[in-house]
Amino acid sequence: MFKFLVKRIYQMIIVLLVVSFIVFFMTSVIGNPVHTMLPERASQEQVDQVVKMLGLDKPLHVQYLIFLRNALKGDFGRSYTHFQPALKLIFSRFPATLEIVVVAMMMTIVLGISLGVYSGAYPKRRSSKFIMGWSIAGISLPSFWVGMVLIFFLSVRLGWFPVSGRGDLGSFFGIRTSLATLDGWKHIILPSITLAGINIATIIRLVRAGMLETMRQDYIKFAKAKGVNSRDVLFKHALKNILIPVVTIFGLQLGELIAFTTITETIYAWPGMGKLLIDAINNLDRPIVSAYLLFVAVLFVVINFIVDILYTLIDPRVEI
Amino acid sequence: MPVKQSKIQQFLHSEFFHNYRKSPTAIISSLMILSAILIALFGPLITPQDPYALAGLELADAFKPPAWIEGGDANFLLGTDQQGRDIMSAIVYGSRVSLYIGFVGVFFAAITGIVVGLVAGYVGGRLESIIMRIADIQLSFPSMLIALFLMTTFGRSVSNVLIALTLIGWVRYARIVRGETLTVKNKEYIEASRVIGFSNIRIIFKQVLPNVLTSVIVLSTIQVGSFILIEATLSFLGLGVPITRPTLGMLCSDGFAVLYSGLWWVSFFPGLYIVFIVFGINLFGDFLRDELNPRLK
Repeated sequence: MFKFLVKRIYQMIIVLLVVSFIVFFMTSVIGNPVHTMLPERASQEQVDQVVKMLGLDKPLHVQYLIFLRNALKGDFGRSYTHFQPALKLIFSRFPATLEIVVVAMMMTIVLGISLGVYSGAYPKRRSSKFIMGWSIAGISLPSFWVGMVLIFFLSVRLGWFPVSGRGDLGSFFGIRTSLATLDGWKHIILPSITLAGINIATIIRLVRAGMLETMRQDYIKFAKAKGVNSRDVLFKHALKNILIPVVTIFGLQLGELIAFTTITETIYAWPGMGKLLIDAINNLDRPIVSAYLLFVAVLFVVINFIVDILYTLIDPRVEI
Repeated sequence: MPVKQSKIQQFLHSEFFHNYRKSPTAIISSLMILSAILIALFGPLITPQDPYALAGLELADAFKPPAWIEGGDANFLLGTDQQGRDIMSAIVYGSRVSLYIGFVGVFFAAITGIVVGLVAGYVGGRLESIIMRIADIQLSFPSMLIALFLMTTFGRSVSNVLIALTLIGWVRYARIVRGETLTVKNKEYIEASRVIGFSNIRIIFKQVLPNVLTSVIVLSTIQVGSFILIEATLSFLGLGVPITRPTLGMLCSDGFAVLYSGLWWVSFFPGLYIVFIVFGINLFGDFLRDELNPRLK
């Protein structure tokens, strides 16, 4: 176990180094931040001063080492537009993003896994084929379009839900969240449905594939042959083993959800870190872009790590 | 030419074609794809206006709802936007760029991935493990996020979207092609060609490649759909195509600006057409996968 942990952590560090390298070299190509910080008719002296202040006059590899050293300290520089430390901004927006991701994840778990298991366990039924048909439609939907349709019909036309924003925040065990107020829930429902929609379709398809695979295994055939009723075969034998692929899918989809918050948050003007990223991209706000990317990279690496650990807990065959 | 005809006849009598004719979803979905392609190719000949010739736009025609709603105009079947642009014409023109990006993007991604996968699988060793490690790392990040990141640094243009899609898409091809290459590599007929003295290049392209093509075709079908969606999303966020070459995603983005004032048709129909195209592609991709390669997920 110890050896595995050391090896895994070593791998994580390598991945993060590679990512930081790519992020740095690519973002140092983005536009020229100097112009966004200065008035249009700035003198050459002022330009030089800002270039020096940002360290843009140093050679690239020196800039990278400085970037890396600062990144390790959590310092990505100040946002060019918000004039605050970039990572602090990301952290301050993170809870809002986490809220919709958590709610969307719940919907995905409940609907995605149950429908997936059902259509995999009884693939011949008409209802299973119906679910599969809808899941293909689901993966064909652009999430921004789903968001717009929901906003128009449920918010603008029917007025059931607010069109945008996060609503009132309440306190829940000392955490400020919109999940603690009714108004907050009203605001969160549409963004989470939009976020979960496509995910549910993907999860249904993947879980179904895993289920079909499991139902073909010998021990299932054997259980059926010895006369275990089909309900027990499903719940006592098959479901335990489907957990393994589900956990993998789960880890992957969590990353996917976080990536898609950029779109959902833009449509619903949800003040999370996804919207912060899109705004930063449009304003050439380099510190925020690199802080966001590295923060998300750390998040993904940690999620993958947890998934690996969970594996060993669920599946005794996996040895580490 | 008798040889060619016999090939067609062979196809007509194949199991694949038989199953195709028996499957309503396969027929409907292929018709959906075909009609989308035909509309993109010839649609501009029949649209009521060229939506990007500014001289042809009349401000008096602005904000017209679809023809079947009160206040609609039979000349503008799906309504007009704030500049008096016919939505249907805009969709036809937009779909040209969307489909172009989908197909050309997949073409480049496939070529890159196939070459990398063949080389990795056939050569093996250190090179293989490095390539596959890169692929693993890349696959652990959502492709949408990678696309966003690449487009921020590249800046918006059609060719940059294509480069971004190639960089996202090669991984899946490389993985599949490498896997298939590994299984084919040790078969006897490859061994035999090597004994005869065929060069590696020749073995790779003449004997290994044909064996991986089915998987590549199945993957490509699904990839076209997902590339169209990624492009649409990028353009919706203002990070995809430039304003001068609007795609369906960009039309949605334009329409989003006027959605709150009740002009739903400006963004609704372009999005619906994306769904139509991608749904057709995904349905057909599903059929192909079941027919040609049930192992592929």
